[in-house]
Amino acid sequence: MPVTSTIGLGEVLKKNRESLLADWSRDLAGALSRQKDLIRDSELKGQCADFLDQLIRATQSGEVANIQGPHWAGIRDLLNKISASRAVQGFTPTETATFVFSFKKPLFGRLKQEFGQDVEGLFRETWSASLLLDELGIYTTDVYQKSRENVINRQQREMMELSTPVIKLFDKVLALPLIGTLDSARTQTVMESLLKEIVASGSEIAILDITGVPTVDTVVAQHLIKTVTAARLMGAECIISGIRPQIAQTIVHLGINLSDIVTKATLADAFEIALEKTGFSVVQARPEE
Amino acid sequence: MVVTRSELLPIRAESEVVGVRQQVRACCVELKFSLVDQTKMVTAASELARNTLIHGKGGTVDLQLVENGDRKGLRLVFEDKGPGIPDIDLALKDGYTTGNGMGLGLGGSKRLVHDFEISSQVGQGTRVAITRWI
Amino acid sequence: MERIPILRMGDFLLVTIQVDMHDRLAMTLQEDLTRKIAETGARGVMIDISALEIVDSFIGRMMSHISSMARVLDAKTVVVGMQPAVAITLVELGLSLKGVHTALTVEKGVRYLEDAAGARGRGRTNGRHPK
Repeated sequence: MPVTSTIGLGEVLKKNRESLLADWSRDLAGALSRQKDLIRDSELKGQCADFLDQLIRATQSGEVANIQGPHWAGIRDLLNKISASRAVQGFTPTETATFVFSFKKPLFGRLKQEFGQDVEGLFRETWSASLLLDELGIYTTDVYQKSRENVINRQQREMMELSTPVIKLFDKVLALPLIGTLDSARTQTVMESLLKEIVASGSEIAILDITGVPTVDTVVAQHLIKTVTAARLMGAECIISGIRPQIAQTIVHLGINLSDIVTKATLADAFEIALEKTGFSVVQARPEE
Repeated sequence: MVVTRSELLPIRAESEVVGVRQQVRACCVELKFSLVDQTKMVTAASELARNTLIHGKGGTVDLQLVENGDRKGLRLVFEDKGPGIPDIDLALKDGYTTGNGMGLGLGGSKRLVHDFEISSQVGQGTRVAITRWI
Repeated sequence: MERIPILRMGDFLLVTIQVDMHDRLAMTLQEDLTRKIAETGARGVMIDISALEIVDSFIGRMMSHISSMARVLDAKTVVVGMQPAVAITLVELGLSLKGVHTALTVEKGVRYLEDAAGARGRGRTNGRHPK
């Protein structure tokens, strides 16, 4: 029976809970059919039921304009969980947001039934329900993005740690082959690894080989100088090796001052210098008769 | 940003500067900062506490545990009612930290933290807030 | 008044900083060291900071001053045992501790002082006799 225009979204939801749930989870399973093995139908239906119940609870407050408000904390928590798990399960952001957007079709169908001839009421409620679901859908996308960022950040950190090996070349001589770009985060990791190893091995000389560093501009040079200064503060000297001719040109061109650091073209040259400085030399062993 | 805990400490004497270092260290440990990050924060706090005492003629520091979304951090707000800093840009320049006596330590401290805010009025005082996030 | 003890090791003086120093204690150390170098004619000073977890600009300047004053009194200074976190922080702070020689360990520090003192000794015609 058609109702007056004072009926709210909350009541429509409560009244039609079962049928909404049935239609929605069927539509949703259809939309996600290609990912059938990533999530079980029963789990999906459970999530729909939870969402619907939270939505009913939140709309009771009458406050539908601001989903950041306290009444919406419950539904935000639920969406946080669902979105985070979708990210981990390997769903795309669209598939994740579809969870919320696919609710529009069954909901608008019910609204049409409830409002019947009341065109203005129908438009008003449909419009505000649409805005609400849009906001909730976008919210899931934001949460999804953040989870992915966390995964990327964690992986980046792990990669950085793996990619700065400190090699003990000789008694008291360390080598650090730097490979890839040297940004400030990486420099921090490099400094920490290097200094820790200097203390652990009692090394007095560290060779920073930059053959694998693609570009050296003033920023990268500053990072190198910082590393050398830190080692020097502790009582160890650094030699920078692997300076390709183009890099040498760039350094001069940019006016970078590396004058108080020993620099060599190759790691081999740097190693010879390091041996000299620590009082060693390489002597050919007598050949066997 | 939300402040979840706040503790006000006085900075009226040298011994209290040491106390500030120890309290800041304790907060860093509680927030599980890495050792290097702890060292940076405590060192910055030491610089600014000394400024508050010597340049600002005494003041306070508010140790705040803060949260921004799911990030946690430590915020220190140093305040004094001293002579103020007439030229903040100049004070932030590095010449002031390389040992010419005055050693405002502002420029250096700025590099040790993530967020740095400073406001100062000549004749009224100075306020410096530094934050480091996990 | 509390003071940081200064030990005598032959021709050298050794200071081990183990407490979180407040500024006055640092100033007192500076004065005591200068006086002791003059009194003993020491040729070298070793400052062991392996227990120091924080070195700020004040302590950094103290070490630079000690090094300068020792130099005026013809003694060499070496700072040993700086912790990695401290080195990283000092670099960020912009403190390069110019004029202060550093060594990784006490052993290396002693070797540095002996070499430096030995080199000077060879160049002297009428050297001072340490008491």
